[in-house]
Amino acid sequence: MCRLFAITSQDPLTPMVALEALNVMKEGHDGSGVGLYLSDLAGDFEPYKDYPILSGIFSNAGMKKLDDYMLARGFRPKFERAIRPAKPAPAGTPRRDVYLISVYDYPDDWKYLPKAEVRLRLMLTRVTLRQMGIEDGSMMVFSFWPDTIMLKEIGDPLEIADYIDLNDRNILARNILSQGRQNTNYAITLYACHPFFVQGVATMTNGENTAFVPIREFLMSRNFPGYVGYQSDSEVFAHILHYTYYNLGMGLEAYKHIITPLKDDELARHPETSRLRLLKHTCRPLIIDGPNCVIGFLPDQTLFMVHDSKKLRPGVIGGKPGIYCCSSEICGLDAAIPDRDRDEDFQPMKYDIVYVDKKRREIKKWNQWEPFTHPH
Amino acid sequence: MESMGTLHPSTLSTKDLHWRILWNKDTCTLCGRCTAVCPVQAIELGVHRKRTVNVPLGIKDSPATALSVYHGIDQRTDPAFACVGCAMCSMVCPNDAIVPVLNEDVDKQRFHINTGGIPRRRGGRRNAPGSFLDQIKFVRISMLTDPALDAGRHEFEMRTLLGRILPPEEALKFSRENGWIPPVREIYPLIVGSMSFGALSPTMWEGLQMGVAYLNEELGMPVRMCTGEGGCPPRLLRSRFLKYVILQIASGYFGWDEIIRAIPEMKEDPCAVEIKYGQGAKPGDGGLLMWYKVNSLIAKVRGVPAGVSLPSPPTHQTKYSIEESVAKMIQSMYMAWGFRVPVYPKISGTSTVLAVLNNLARNPIAAGLAIDGEDGGTGAAYNVSMDHMGHPIASNIRDAYLNLVKIGKQNEIPLFAGGGIGKNGNLGANAAALIMLGASGVQVGKYLMQAAAGCLGSESDRCNICNIGQCPKGITSQDPRLYRRLDPEHVAQRLVDVYLSFDTELKKVVAPLGRSTSLPIGMSDALGISDRNAAERLQIKYVV
Repeated sequence: MCRLFAITSQDPLTPMVALEALNVMKEGHDGSGVGLYLSDLAGDFEPYKDYPILSGIFSNAGMKKLDDYMLARGFRPKFERAIRPAKPAPAGTPRRDVYLISVYDYPDDWKYLPKAEVRLRLMLTRVTLRQMGIEDGSMMVFSFWPDTIMLKEIGDPLEIADYIDLNDRNILARNILSQGRQNTNYAITLYACHPFFVQGVATMTNGENTAFVPIREFLMSRNFPGYVGYQSDSEVFAHILHYTYYNLGMGLEAYKHIITPLKDDELARHPETSRLRLLKHTCRPLIIDGPNCVIGFLPDQTLFMVHDSKKLRPGVIGGKPGIYCCSSEICGLDAAIPDRDRDEDFQPMKYDIVYVDKKRREIKKWNQWEPFTHPH
Repeated sequence: MESMGTLHPSTLSTKDLHWRILWNKDTCTLCGRCTAVCPVQAIELGVHRKRTVNVPLGIKDSPATALSVYHGIDQRTDPAFACVGCAMCSMVCPNDAIVPVLNEDVDKQRFHINTGGIPRRRGGRRNAPGSFLDQIKFVRISMLTDPALDAGRHEFEMRTLLGRILPPEEALKFSRENGWIPPVREIYPLIVGSMSFGALSPTMWEGLQMGVAYLNEELGMPVRMCTGEGGCPPRLLRSRFLKYVILQIASGYFGWDEIIRAIPEMKEDPCAVEIKYGQGAKPGDGGLLMWYKVNSLIAKVRGVPAGVSLPSPPTHQTKYSIEESVAKMIQSMYMAWGFRVPVYPKISGTSTVLAVLNNLARNPIAAGLAIDGEDGGTGAAYNVSMDHMGHPIASNIRDAYLNLVKIGKQNEIPLFAGGGIGKNGNLGANAAALIMLGASGVQVGKYLMQAAAGCLGSESDRCNICNIGQCPKGITSQDPRLYRRLDPEHVAQRLVDVYLSFDTELKKVVAPLGRSTSLPIGMSDALGISDRNAAERLQIKYVV
């Protein structure tokens, strides 16, 4: 089962922290993919927080295509980190021309657009580039969003990091998601590699999602152009959260009630029966049927972790003020924050959702039996 | 003068009949029970003359003929009295001396059951033994990457919804603004299909109602039963058990005078109202209760005179267009209960199902769509309607579901499938297959009659005399001498058995697929079939 590790820290960290934690949990991933999501950036990218950053993998032809496309639409490159690996590729890792992290300035005519329109256009740009890349294999685009970098590649996490000299590149972040993948989706494709990202929502998951097809059908029929992909059954967890956050205007509590609603007889005993029943009925196709552990970040940089009732080996959250981790295995947490108070570690059970907000002062726990107080 | 040996075109021998009675003279005790029990008088006392030739030894006496008489039974060969194969004779025979057997030949009887120019009418089923649903397999077994679940010990929530479910955005908006939200029922996905009080005997109906009440109140299974078009007994209308009942209104409006008058006295709202526009067994044909069964009780409940046949029109006569039928009728029925009761139409399987569905999708309150496929059963219909009219349920449900997916309303209008589910006994598997093709639940009638009451009908044209009220088991008869054979308590007990075993079977299907937290509606990736065309048509896996 895939290994997941997430960290949020007051002080900027190198992504190596997360990759080393994945390495401790190595027996659970098979080199079929490593994925990194970085936000609240520091280092070289700190000055460009307000500008969208494009992350992806490109062939030389793809770079040309990208430049043509972006320039034609009025995006002006501000800063770029194009990683062209010089070392021999690790066994099993395809040879790529460029791993690109490129900051753009917005087109002039975007300046006075409402925020929602800017969000939509950024997402559409990413989806269009992705589609252009699928046609001829010249580019893979993982994110195009302010203050966000994503890296994905096939191979062992540490070997990949060494291959692209990740440690030496002054790419730092305060929020990191990392996944070491164990392939259960038949084909090894990078678009099946977690974390998944859409408009500031990023999640990664382990475990099989047996309700995948009806969930995918529901999401795709919302006619939102960002609900595409689905090379992995786990991509729906990011999209459900996105749907909850943007379309329903609700937060993590609602997300928990949507993906793992209380049973009918439990709902009857809940203080807010009618509201929750309405949510359960109307979002019925989004009920997951795990076992799944979902870890992710909200657009407001809240780190969260949630499980369904079938997750027999839950993930763990722990840390100390200023730095907290979610990890699919305790050994990952031990590797990253050995000097924490272990008594404060918490493994959320089927009714719980845990989160750490941007202040990073404490772990907040919320249980589905508590009043549902956050309709946002 | 006509000679005694004249053969009429419809003169048949026992060899020409669909069912032949085999009778054993040696074991028969001449008790007469078989002739007494036969619902169609196919057998009668026979006095047979037997001639034997005695050939004595020697030459003194010459061979002589001896005539003797023996008694037994005769099978009548008049098509009007042809054996229906119910085998009640075998059931009552103390010595197993008699049994009906299927003619191995194509019988000639079928060409003559139209005396007087009236085509054959009967009750029962399509008499097509094959089941397409039986061919569907569940192939997505959870192995290693995710755990298969323990059907016996894991927690499952196998409920479904009946009612118009709003899109989440709209529902939350209405909730915030205290707007009206359509009523939605959480029910068990196996519904007792519409069989009317009248089509069924009082004992059968009572048994089903008792079983349903027990399932709800003692076992916590929210099972619902549809009345069919025959009204509802007044006491039930005024009881708390009405909440387990789906009231059906059809084109004859039988019983609705009584129902409307009872509304002010109702303690509970009914579960839902089903508007019947068609049924699978006789699509495009109205309901029919033949005069044999319209006794004074049935007549009172339905608000009609006794002793006359009750054919419902093929369509609702006051409605001349789909706008009227769907929009106005649904709205009227909602209005009757103050918009607290879901109202949905039921149609026969048809290639025009998407036209109906699209109309419902545009209607803001239609609470679902029930589709009854060609294998649906009936108490009375013309043979040709039953055997040749209608649409298979699987592709109808699949098309309807995929169409809803296309317009994003797959959660808003629940589809219910009926017709031939469990026709060969595979109730759990057939229901699960339809649910994974997109149905929110299934409606079952014949299976329950067979399993809960011992209906003798089969797909080989056995019995099928529900229409004339001669049901030998008392299930579809209004004759007290017949329906007293059926103990409602036993029916209730068997119904509970059926639901409990179905529940286990359903779990045995979904657990290996890794599903437990919600009914796997539309989980088509779990389905496979070894027929490439069918796989392509239903968009499921082709497996060999």
